[in-house]
Amino acid sequence: MLRIEDLYVEVEGREILKDINLEIERGKIYAVMGPNGTGKSTLAYTIAGHPRYKVNGGRILFKGEDITNLSPTDRARMGIFLAFQYPIGIPGVTVAGFLKTIMNIRRGENISLSKFNRLLKEKMDILEIEEDFARRYLNDGFSGGERKKCEILQMALLEPDLAILDEIDSGLDIDALRVVSNSVKRIFSTNMSIVIITHYSRILNYIEPNFIYVMKNGRIVASGGRELVNFIEENGYEWLEEVDSKC
Amino acid sequence: MLDSIVDEYRYGFRDPEKYVFRTKKGLSREVIEEISWIKMEPEWMRRFRLEAYEVFVSKPMPSWGPDLSELDFNDLYYYIKPVERKGNSWEDLPSYIRNTFEKLGIPEAERKYLAGISAQYESESVYNNLKKRWESQGVIFVDTDTAVREYPELVKEYIGTVVPPQDNKFSALNSAVWSGGSFIYVPKGVHVDIPLQAYFRINAQNAGQFERTLIIAEEGSYLHYIEGCTAPIYSTSSLHSAVVEIIVKKGARVRYSTVQNWSNNVYNLVTKRAFAYEDSIVEWIDGNLGSRVSMKYPSVYLYGKGAKAELLSIAFAGRGQHQDVGGKALHLAPYTSSNIISKSVSKDGGRNSYRGLVYIDSLAEGSKSSIRCDALILDENSRSDTYPTIKVRNKNISLSHEASISKITEEQLFYLTSRGLDNLEANAMLIRGFIEPIVKEFPMEYAVELNRLIKIQLEGSIG
Repeated sequence: MLRIEDLYVEVEGREILKDINLEIERGKIYAVMGPNGTGKSTLAYTIAGHPRYKVNGGRILFKGEDITNLSPTDRARMGIFLAFQYPIGIPGVTVAGFLKTIMNIRRGENISLSKFNRLLKEKMDILEIEEDFARRYLNDGFSGGERKKCEILQMALLEPDLAILDEIDSGLDIDALRVVSNSVKRIFSTNMSIVIITHYSRILNYIEPNFIYVMKNGRIVASGGRELVNFIEENGYEWLEEVDSKC
Repeated sequence: MLDSIVDEYRYGFRDPEKYVFRTKKGLSREVIEEISWIKMEPEWMRRFRLEAYEVFVSKPMPSWGPDLSELDFNDLYYYIKPVERKGNSWEDLPSYIRNTFEKLGIPEAERKYLAGISAQYESESVYNNLKKRWESQGVIFVDTDTAVREYPELVKEYIGTVVPPQDNKFSALNSAVWSGGSFIYVPKGVHVDIPLQAYFRINAQNAGQFERTLIIAEEGSYLHYIEGCTAPIYSTSSLHSAVVEIIVKKGARVRYSTVQNWSNNVYNLVTKRAFAYEDSIVEWIDGNLGSRVSMKYPSVYLYGKGAKAELLSIAFAGRGQHQDVGGKALHLAPYTSSNIISKSVSKDGGRNSYRGLVYIDSLAEGSKSSIRCDALILDENSRSDTYPTIKVRNKNISLSHEASISKITEEQLFYLTSRGLDNLEANAMLIRGFIEPIVKEFPMEYAVELNRLIKIQLEGSIG
């Protein structure tokens, strides 16, 4: 689904990502873990095509196509979705109006209002979102939890091929985390890949990843199966220095 | 981010200049006498005009606002009569005029969602119709020239009482040369619950349009009036200088919506004012998209206890445009309230100025006013200023004033493009969102039109 080869990325003159190589396969769930400020979000933004993140070397392949120089619009239309850590407020644009617009773009045709309303209701119920939420302005004055649920609601309706969830667990209480995790699991299918970016292993107790990448200082320093999560839970990220030097 | 904009002005087409009568270029007593003569007006109106002309001559050009130095009063035609007789149906009109209004969608709007309509072409109203249902309830909706002939007592009683000729140079000019405009009388307790609309079209080059609108809403009545305006694109200037006077009596409510979309060679210098009596409500909803220079400050004089004013405006200024618009609320009685919301979008070197006044008199115990001005600036060359004046003569009142200037941020654009919107769609969505609180106050059809215009304004401009 997604393949990153020898990727170097700079932001405002500072090199953040160094020599990143990874492979995301269809039908699997991945976790990218690591301490704060280590380049996890940079990786997410780079895959989504943020204009401020400059690729200095390497390439990104999505569904076999080199997307390194494509606009965020094109990447989204190909099926990449990023759930933001801090989704920005868009005043004056209602949640429902926005969702309908992006669904039409994703489908390449206008969805009927009745079908849209039915789908919206169904997904909102799963996420335990109140009905009047759809009439509010997008991310405008939302609580942290509402923002995160709104991101997952978009994911549910867009059915992307690749979903990158950037710190989707941060700022969620235990109930909201359970609801969000269950929703993500329901959206997941064998046609889809999910990348969960997280500092903590907490969410990984709800959504079990098939494979883990661990990042530090802009590099991938470890990768492996679920046992890596348990190891991090017990030992934190301190031991990574040693791994790093061993690599 | 935003490169040069090639604006597509959809209403810039023009008809051949045909007319049955036109005064000679320029302004003089003689021209005014001629206008009055051709209209076969009563002596009192002829005198009203001539006195106003003296005021116009004596007043200097306003120098506190936009640049008017290229407006040449001697290079304009002040009165152009397009047809001999007004049509009773669209079919009665010459085909070129009928086609123009067809292209503007006016007859269709009349059929679909209006209680009545008036269409003005150059200086005269060429078509006017009020649906029977309202006529039978005593509602009057005619052009103001007809009102002078058929309802002289009402016109005489009210004209110039809300906006006297002495008010400013352009109200004096309008009073001297006015022609057309709407006269509306809503009897006590009558609710005209679907809108009346007037549409103003300037076709000729170097033309002045000076409609005069007078609205009287008797006690407990309701009216929603909409005006729209367009003109062809010429390289020389045209002038639109209207006066609108509204009297809103006890417990009545008048909502006045404007979608002004003049071409970019039109000077739009307009005086609009309402008197609001006890427990009445006046709403000015003002969309300014076109014109070269607009000076327009819809005002409400809150004369009666508990009267309310809502002043909502949106202004767009693109290349070569200066929108100097705002609103005024004068609190002259206890427990009156005003709410002013102004939103402006500047792009391609366009300039928006918010100019407003809130005055709270010593008599206006317990009054409330809230002012909010938000400006969105789309590029480095564009400009936005606010000139709010607030005068308070009473301690027992509440007043709030907020202003913001914002830009479309990279983060907002990235968020939207990461969902599949392209740059143009993302910008248009952000702008629509910015003005949404005001657009939603327009009737549905006009809100759709406003949103469509925003997209046109942006098209071809974003790389």
